[in-house]
Amino acid sequence: MKKLLFSTFLVLSVSAIAEVPSAVAIRNAKIVTVSGPVIAKGTVVLRNGLIEAVGENVTVPADAWVVDGEGITVYPGLIDGLSTVGTGGGAPAAAGGGGRGGRGAATAATAGQAAAAERSWGPEDRPQTTSWVLAADEIVAGDGRVNTVRGAGFTTTVTFPTRGIFGGQGSIIDLVSGEKPAEMILVPEAGQYIALGRAGGGGGGGGGGGGFPSSLMGIISYVRQIYLDADHYQKVKEAYAKDPRGMQRPEYDRALEGVLASKRILLPANRLVEIDRMLRFGAELKQPMILYGARDSYLPEAASLLKKANATVLLSLKWPTPPARQPDGEEPTDTLRALEQRDKAPTAPAVLQKAGVKFALYSDGLDAPRDFQRAVKKALDNGLSREDALRALTLSPAEIYGVADRVGSIEKGKIANLVLTKGDIFEDRTTVVMVFVDGKKYTPAETAAPGGRGGPATDEPGNPGGNR
Amino acid sequence: MKKTLLAVLVALVPLCAETIVIQNATVMTVGSKGTFKGSVVVKDGKIAELGEKVMVPAGATVIDAGGQYLIPGIIDCHSHIAGDGGINEGSVSVSSMVNIKDIINPDDIAIYRALAGGVTTANILHGSANSIGGQTLPLKMRWGKSAEELIFVGATPGIKFALGENPKRAGNPVGGRGAATPVAARYPATRMGVEDVIREAFNDAHTYKAEWDAYDAKVAHGEHPIAPRVDLKLQALKEVLENKRYVHVHCYRADEILMMIRAAEDSGFKVRVFQHVLEGYKVAKEIAAHGAGASTFSDWWAYKIEAIDAIPFNATLMMKKGIVVSLNSDDAELMRHLNTEAGKAIKYGGATETEALAMVTLNPAKQLGIDKTVGSIEVGKDADMVLYDSFPLSDFAKVEKVLIDGTVYFDRDKELVAQTAKEAEKKRLLEKEKAAQQKSTPARRPNQ
Repeated sequence: MKKLLFSTFLVLSVSAIAEVPSAVAIRNAKIVTVSGPVIAKGTVVLRNGLIEAVGENVTVPADAWVVDGEGITVYPGLIDGLSTVGTGGGAPAAAGGGGRGGRGAATAATAGQAAAAERSWGPEDRPQTTSWVLAADEIVAGDGRVNTVRGAGFTTTVTFPTRGIFGGQGSIIDLVSGEKPAEMILVPEAGQYIALGRAGGGGGGGGGGGGFPSSLMGIISYVRQIYLDADHYQKVKEAYAKDPRGMQRPEYDRALEGVLASKRILLPANRLVEIDRMLRFGAELKQPMILYGARDSYLPEAASLLKKANATVLLSLKWPTPPARQPDGEEPTDTLRALEQRDKAPTAPAVLQKAGVKFALYSDGLDAPRDFQRAVKKALDNGLSREDALRALTLSPAEIYGVADRVGSIEKGKIANLVLTKGDIFEDRTTVVMVFVDGKKYTPAETAAPGGRGGPATDEPGNPGGNR
Repeated sequence: MKKTLLAVLVALVPLCAETIVIQNATVMTVGSKGTFKGSVVVKDGKIAELGEKVMVPAGATVIDAGGQYLIPGIIDCHSHIAGDGGINEGSVSVSSMVNIKDIINPDDIAIYRALAGGVTTANILHGSANSIGGQTLPLKMRWGKSAEELIFVGATPGIKFALGENPKRAGNPVGGRGAATPVAARYPATRMGVEDVIREAFNDAHTYKAEWDAYDAKVAHGEHPIAPRVDLKLQALKEVLENKRYVHVHCYRADEILMMIRAAEDSGFKVRVFQHVLEGYKVAKEIAAHGAGASTFSDWWAYKIEAIDAIPFNATLMMKKGIVVSLNSDDAELMRHLNTEAGKAIKYGGATETEALAMVTLNPAKQLGIDKTVGSIEVGKDADMVLYDSFPLSDFAKVEKVLIDGTVYFDRDKELVAQTAKEAEKKRLLEKEKAAQQKSTPARRPNQ
């Protein structure tokens, strides 16, 4: 036990150290509560992983360790509403098996990975489906990405299994570096992740082994059939539970069980036509849904569609970038539409805010703190206010996932997830001084590596692990 | 600059349906009024009046079409444009669960190009990879509208079948023609197998239909049984059996056409349109007896073995046997000049001008069951019309204006003006981006 603890510390000591005093008081700091007004100079007291008190005139408990907050701003911990952090390695495909061009499914060993195995001949084979998987069951301790994103101020992620079409249910996790993954789980069931861009032979890193569905319309018809089947399955099961006599027992179907257990679904939509399509599709499926990606939501038509549908949106921070220069030095050819898109995409948060659409920002695999900050800065430069940006990364995602009663703002009784910075949190030169997760203190690495720039945004949102 | 662009863009947005009078045109109605020189009045999206002399309603927009030709909007009975993410679900031999309606892409530039070529309606078909392909539907080329707004309201939806080389995939052990990635081979590998797949599928469809009919009967008697499982694949075939969905069959050879007629009649449904049907002239009597239409190419063949025995007289020969014949494109480029495709029917087989024009207007409308509202210039029909600068069946004819539902969706003059403005805007955005890039990374610039 002790050894394990020691080795864990060894791993972490490079960039972060968690210390757990019984109580912590951060005093004389500027406190941005998000849920209420900014406290110019005040104190936050943390105890047992919760916020015990916050305000201008809070007494520092006798047993508390004290952080002098002079020149420090305290924010609620950031929440990444769609992530793969915590599942290890940052490569969902590694867990998915099969993979690119891989015909054999030798790598697909555990139950959660079985979907990669065989050629599918129709919806009945439940292709590329692991709807029953819970991210909470796949969280591994010691995922290096936990450290990295915590350095940007994230204390919470909603982490999804992202392989295949029905990837499984995401879980809300707190980014503590514990020895047991279970310590990290805030809510195990956060909704079903659906991807529509992975036709046929596992091209998108989701495994799949070929076969049905091999086209977008195939995938859509498959998702539709699954929900029809789930509805039928439930009715038959209910009837059987009521009176099994004289009735053939319904065959257990784990794919449908997983779907029925999901209280919301995440559907991908980047282009205007996809936003329109998925709003209709979601309504047809009669499932509470979140659209993710939403690149074209800077278009007034898109924003008004979203508003009209009372939609919930997770907006990717990975702004579209110019295509790579050709090897011969020739300028890449661009359509007017692509140029407009690159010019206007970072205005999307401001547009959604103005339109009154419920949205949160997500990092979309921009792990490196500098890349993340740069991306948020771009939204600020394009009309989003700092307050709204902060809300879109704290209280808004908390509300979207129904956990605003425990995270997302600095309030008495909520979980002690805080970010302490020198300077405004989304400024280029800001340093994250400390991060508290569940009341545990972490110190980010001195200089976060600049990291690779985020890859170009594609038409297919998803795969936030950034392994494309 | 920006203001000019905005003004141009605003001008480009199709005007709402207003009252329009097109005057002094040679009107080729392909309808009861034949061809005449005169005017057409458009009101509320419909054709309100035609004649040599009409009264111009107060406030109407008058288009002087002196020396120009007005024809009904062109209808393409076989197109694959305006779809997202593939038009073949090529993994299985029966893919009737998929639906083109789910993947309509109103942003596809091919829509605008087709429109600029005079096409106002296109039947968007699933590909030909499977014996029984996906569900299909006709769209109007309302460029700038949403996916839902492109749908031809009231048209009977369809389904694509395919015979011969494509679905059997001879010599292609891994299969997957049209699929994103090659997939393991699948049944069938022969023409016999294709027939078997279709017959088997309809056997299943009959069983499925019986199950639902029994359920519906029970419900009608006031019982509350659990509904059977909805099977999207068989549901589409049930609709075929109930005459609620048209069957479009991709075919080439005479023998397979006869096979399809037998299989359809045995299974209790009708083929609505034989598509391609290059050997249709050999079995025209049988096709006519079955009551199917034929949608073929003007003079395109020999691109594969099963397309060898074709002749350019196919369309007119089938027409003379009493088949409703249309000429289609199956191609985004060919789609832009279907008017000259129609012209070829005059050269090969001696169709009259009206008969030739009907092959890309009224006849495809009949095949798609939408001839009550489109296909010819008649009072009461949708104002879907094309204005050409000269005789429309000529190679030299240029499209001037295209109206759909009485709205001008393409205007050659406005398009030419808009192109300049778009170029300028493109240049501005490129320079803006370059400037931003240089600002953010001054250190590393490739030296010339």
